[in-house]
Amino acid sequence: MDLSKKSALVIGAGGLGGPALLTLAAGGVGRLVVIDDDRVESSNLNRQPLFTEEDLGQPKAAAAAARLQALHRALQVTALGRRFDADEAVELASSVDILLDGSDNFPTKFLASDAALRAGKPLVHGGVLRTSLQILSVVPGFSGCVRCLFEAPPPPGQVPSCAEAGMVGALSGFAGGLMGAEALRLLAGERGAYAGRLYVYEGRSGRGRLVLVRRRPGCPACAGTQPLESTSPISCARPEGASP
Amino acid sequence: MSELRVATAMIDVRSVTCPITWVKTRIALEKVEAGELVVVLLREGEPLRNVPATAVEEGHRVVSLRCLEDQGPGSWELVLEKGESPPALP
Repeated sequence: MDLSKKSALVIGAGGLGGPALLTLAAGGVGRLVVIDDDRVESSNLNRQPLFTEEDLGQPKAAAAAARLQALHRALQVTALGRRFDADEAVELASSVDILLDGSDNFPTKFLASDAALRAGKPLVHGGVLRTSLQILSVVPGFSGCVRCLFEAPPPPGQVPSCAEAGMVGALSGFAGGLMGAEALRLLAGERGAYAGRLYVYEGRSGRGRLVLVRRRPGCPACAGTQPLESTSPISCARPEGASP
Repeated sequence: MSELRVATAMIDVRSVTCPITWVKTRIALEKVEAGELVVVLLREGEPLRNVPATAVEEGHRVVSLRCLEDQGPGSWELVLEKGESPPALP
């Protein structure tokens, strides 16, 4: 399957986005747009495969794009050094064939799902917390979305982010690789393995399961009435060196 | 190898016609600092002829211009670097 005329937007170039980007590039996707507003820190290097010690302090989007370009010369990469936010979310989503969400916070995860539905583009959602990972594909008009499943982001502080609770570094590589492979399937026109089915893998037991996610009647995002919410940073400071 | 730098903003002007293409591009450029990059998705034909040329006339720099094969024929990606002192609005 030739995917050289396909494109993907990857939100976050870290623990999930990095392996996902590598999988997409190796799978032959022609154009990748990377959006990330962070810089490379030493604590990222245990699980973010696109970066080396030489990249410390560099914008992640630029370092990721440079690494991908060095690996795959024919690839078209665009690096956006800003936060994925409501003002341009739909425009960005419309400009690609698929979205992959490797972000590290709840507002961005909901915005990614809402914007993908608005633009009518599929989204592969992924997350890692402590020793478990979850993946869900949102296919507009077919499967349930992130808001069908969780309704709204948890109030700040109620659910620990991966920055606060920590996570197993190797697990993010697994999750990001699965996200990339799922995106390749969807781009090739196949039914996604996680479309309408939330995949949950628990690292300690090695057990994975699929949970059916139906379209929730009255889901505002699926009905197209959900306003896009800003992802501007919440006030609590992030602990040093704990982003995915 | 193309220049790999991080862009600050991305706009899609493929659904509008000239001169709105340039108006939207100029607004995007005004929101960023000199030396920063703006990615503009545009259609070939009039927008492809006008937007890069006008940008250069107004003191900005074309970093790259490439066809987006994934978007079907006629879509292009233009990367502009904001100039140091673009002329004030008339």
